[in-house]
Amino acid sequence: MSDGAPHPALAHQFDSLGQQTEAATLGMWVFLVTEVLFFGGLFATYAVYRAWYPSGFAAASHELDITLGGINTAVLITSSLTMALAVHAAQTEQRGRLLTCLALTMVLGAIFLGIKGVEYMHKFAEHHVPGPGFHFEPAEQARHAQIFFSLYFIMTGLHALHMVIGIGIMIVMLVWSWRGRITTEYASPIEISGLYWHFVDIVWIFLFPLLYLIGRHA
Amino acid sequence: MSAHVVPVRIYFAIFGILMACTLATVVIAFVDLGPMNIVAALAIASFKATLVVLFFMHVKYSTRLTWAVVVGSVFWLAILLALTFGDYLTRPWRTYG
Repeated sequence: MSDGAPHPALAHQFDSLGQQTEAATLGMWVFLVTEVLFFGGLFATYAVYRAWYPSGFAAASHELDITLGGINTAVLITSSLTMALAVHAAQTEQRGRLLTCLALTMVLGAIFLGIKGVEYMHKFAEHHVPGPGFHFEPAEQARHAQIFFSLYFIMTGLHALHMVIGIGIMIVMLVWSWRGRITTEYASPIEISGLYWHFVDIVWIFLFPLLYLIGRHA
Repeated sequence: MSAHVVPVRIYFAIFGILMACTLATVVIAFVDLGPMNIVAALAIASFKATLVVLFFMHVKYSTRLTWAVVVGSVFWLAILLALTFGDYLTRPWRTYG
C-alpha cells in the first residue's frame, strides 16, 4: 500500500501479509494432518473388523441405501466445486459471486446433513442402532453386523459433526465477505476455510465406498 | 505474495472427473472382481482424493513445505495402518512351545 499503513488484517508478529498468509495456510494444513490421523484411527479399526468378519460386514452394508449415499457423495463433491469457486471469487474480489458461492456451499452441506438425518431415521426404525434395541436378520450375523453399525454411526457421526463445524465456519466467512473484509490481498480466510471443507469432502470420498459398497456384486 | 488464481474451467473439469469416478465406483461395486473389488474401490477413492488435494486445495500450486506436510500425513497414516495390521492380521500365526 502506497501510504505505508499496514493492512488492517496484518498481525504485529508478521513482517508482511504474504508471510501471514503462508503461516496461516501451513497452520491449517498441520491441523488437517492431525485430522487425517484422527479419522485414520477409525478407518484402521474398520479395516481390522472387516478383515475378520467379511460376511457380517457385507450383510450389514447391504442395509444401507446406496441411492441416498450416492446422492450425498454428489452433493459433497458439488459443494467442493462451489467452495473452490468461492475462493476464486475471493481472489478476484468479486463480492457478489463470493457470497453466492459461499451460500451454495452451505446449502449443499445442509442438504447432505438432511439426507444423513433421513438415513439415521431409517436405521432407528429398522432397529439397526447398536444397543439393547438392536435387531438384525439373519441372527447369526447379528453380532458382527452390530460392530459394523457401531463403526457406521461413529464414523459418519464424527464426519457429520465436522460438516456442522464447517457450516459454522462458512457462516463467519459469509459475514466477513458481506462486510467487505475479503479482498484480493486478504483472500486467505476463504482459502483456509476451503481447505477444511475439502478435507471433510475427502473423508466422505473414502467413507462412501467402504461403508455402502461392500460385497454388492450378486 | 503470489496467490495463484486457478482458472474456473479447471475447477469444472476436476468436478466432472470426480463425478465420473463416483459413478465408476458404484458401477464397479456391482461387478464381481473378487479381492480386486476393494482394491478398485480404494484406488478410485485415492485418485479422487488426490485430485481434490492437488487442485481444489491448491497443493499443486503451493510451496514445497505444504507439499511435504501433506505427504507427511499420508506417510504417518501408512505407519498407523502398517503397524496395526501387522499386529492384528498376524495374530493367528501364534504357536505355543
